[in-house]
Amino acid sequence: MAVTPDRTGPDPGPSRRDALGRVLRILGLLAAAEMIAVAAAYLWPGRGGPARGGRLVVAGPVADFTPSSVRAFPAGRFYLVRLADGGFLALSSRCTHLGCVVPWNEKAGTFPCPCHASSFDLRGEVLSAPAPRPLDLFPVVIEGGIVKVDVSRAVERSRFEPGQVTYL
Amino acid sequence: MGNATATGTGTNPSPPPRPRSGLAHLLLHLHPRTVPAGALALPHTFGLGGAAAVLLLLLAVTGALLLAVYEPSPERAHGAVSRIVDDVPFGAFVRNAHHWAANAVVIVSALHLLRVVYRGGHLPPRRGNWLIGVALLLLVVGSAFTGYLLPWDQLAYWAVTIATGMLAWVPAAGTALLRAARGGADVGAPTLARFFVLHVAVLPAALLVLLALHFWRVRKAGGVVLPADGGAARGPPVPTSPHLTVREGAAARVAVAAILLLAAVLDAPLSAPANPGLSPDPARAPWYFQGLQELLVHLHPSFGAVALPLAGLAGLAALPYLAGAEPSTGRWFASPRGALHAAVAAAAALLCTVVSVLASERLRRGPASGPGLQTVLGTGLLPASCTVAAVLLVGLVSRRRGATRAEAVQSAFTFGIVAFAVLTVVGNLFRGPGMVLAWP
Repeated sequence: MAVTPDRTGPDPGPSRRDALGRVLRILGLLAAAEMIAVAAAYLWPGRGGPARGGRLVVAGPVADFTPSSVRAFPAGRFYLVRLADGGFLALSSRCTHLGCVVPWNEKAGTFPCPCHASSFDLRGEVLSAPAPRPLDLFPVVIEGGIVKVDVSRAVERSRFEPGQVTYL
Repeated sequence: MGNATATGTGTNPSPPPRPRSGLAHLLLHLHPRTVPAGALALPHTFGLGGAAAVLLLLLAVTGALLLAVYEPSPERAHGAVSRIVDDVPFGAFVRNAHHWAANAVVIVSALHLLRVVYRGGHLPPRRGNWLIGVALLLLVVGSAFTGYLLPWDQLAYWAVTIATGMLAWVPAAGTALLRAARGGADVGAPTLARFFVLHVAVLPAALLVLLALHFWRVRKAGGVVLPADGGAARGPPVPTSPHLTVREGAAARVAVAAILLLAAVLDAPLSAPANPGLSPDPARAPWYFQGLQELLVHLHPSFGAVALPLAGLAGLAALPYLAGAEPSTGRWFASPRGALHAAVAAAAALLCTVVSVLASERLRRGPASGPGLQTVLGTGLLPASCTVAAVLLVGLVSRRRGATRAEAVQSAFTFGIVAFAVLTVVGNLFRGPGMVLAWP
């Protein structure tokens, strides 16, 4: 009989059914990959989001800010700091650790983060961990005695440097 | 006979077979026809797995009621939840029940996990079901966390800002992951939409599928794990209905009654509407994440938020594979020696964690260390590798002291889980305003 050697003999190799099954599985995987790609593209956040591009916040005349003072601009999400020597720094109010808003503690002269106990000094430098880097900066421009802050992009830095301060 | 009293038919010695509803049939299909009499004793399981499933059912019912009023948009969500609490008849009760059931299911699932590990219920032939169980735990915690955002109050907004902020510390893909989770740069309307659909559709569907699989595989493995010394402990086979079903019914009623009682007397919190300009002080994660939040206070975020939690999760999933191919002894802690080693590991974890937290708190308040690489090494790689090394060391010492491989892995697991529990307690009870260590 022809059947008996088929069963006991060497492997006859993949049958047509096996091959078709493999093709079907590959096509199925491809289809699944396509659906995942579609879902990922659908869920991917848009490039710009709510546009804040090139937004200049007018903080006020230079004379309004006394040296060694801090003023909050909640809408712009920054603090305008005037250092003792009269220079300006615009510090992002977002903790560089996980993004909580840091309040200004006038008495201690620090920005203590309420979420994981980091704290920052007047120049935004880290006083205590876990924050890994100083508070981000927004560029400050002074035109005709008026202080303006460009809140379109926050500038990351690894330490305070005198070059970051804007003078009149 | 026990049969008669259990069905409550009183003096009738052999109750006539009752026609069953379709639902009863469905539930019976999750069970074998008979169970060993020895498996019925409460301390085998404490009914924890069943209680978790019942709580999930209660969550589905109360969740459906809440859905009828809730509106998932930042402008309207907080108002809708306030309306449920203040205006809708029994609204506060339904929301409380949903809130407490959600918290209870996290606790009950965690206890169920501990019961399974210390009874050896994760060892062969139940390894596959252990992985499903770990996935279920992630789904439960994921459901609780996505639900946390929906009231759109201060608590919700900042907990989710922090938790999604952790994604930014994933190497290379961090910023992309962060934006994908939030649907933008900040937590906002797209975040709420994403969390909402996860909470009410994606996660419940996944839970349902995996739960069915989880129960079915318990049946396939021959029911709950029992001591391996043969007939004496197993007892004779008895019919599942009524012997097991009345016990399950009792566990289910206790779980539901406890939650509804709690819901009647204790209100779920609802803080002020979310204010993206002001973080509350102290900003607290949900209690089950405060172990992680405490870790974040001490470690560099790349390690505290990403590397160490992932290592812990991988270790948890791999637990039965690390423990070797020996089947379970079916006894608590495997053996009296296993129990002793686990207790010593627990004590060591308690001591090490408390000392580490206090030491790190002093270091952290000291002069700022240098930026960049130095900080990453000093507050990240070094303490994270020390933690992993401590867990491995406990396992090795336990093995050298005569423990079996499974018992040594059990000791290491105990060390890790107790350390996490201590961090959770510190985060919940010993952090005052400004996240300073303080007495409760």
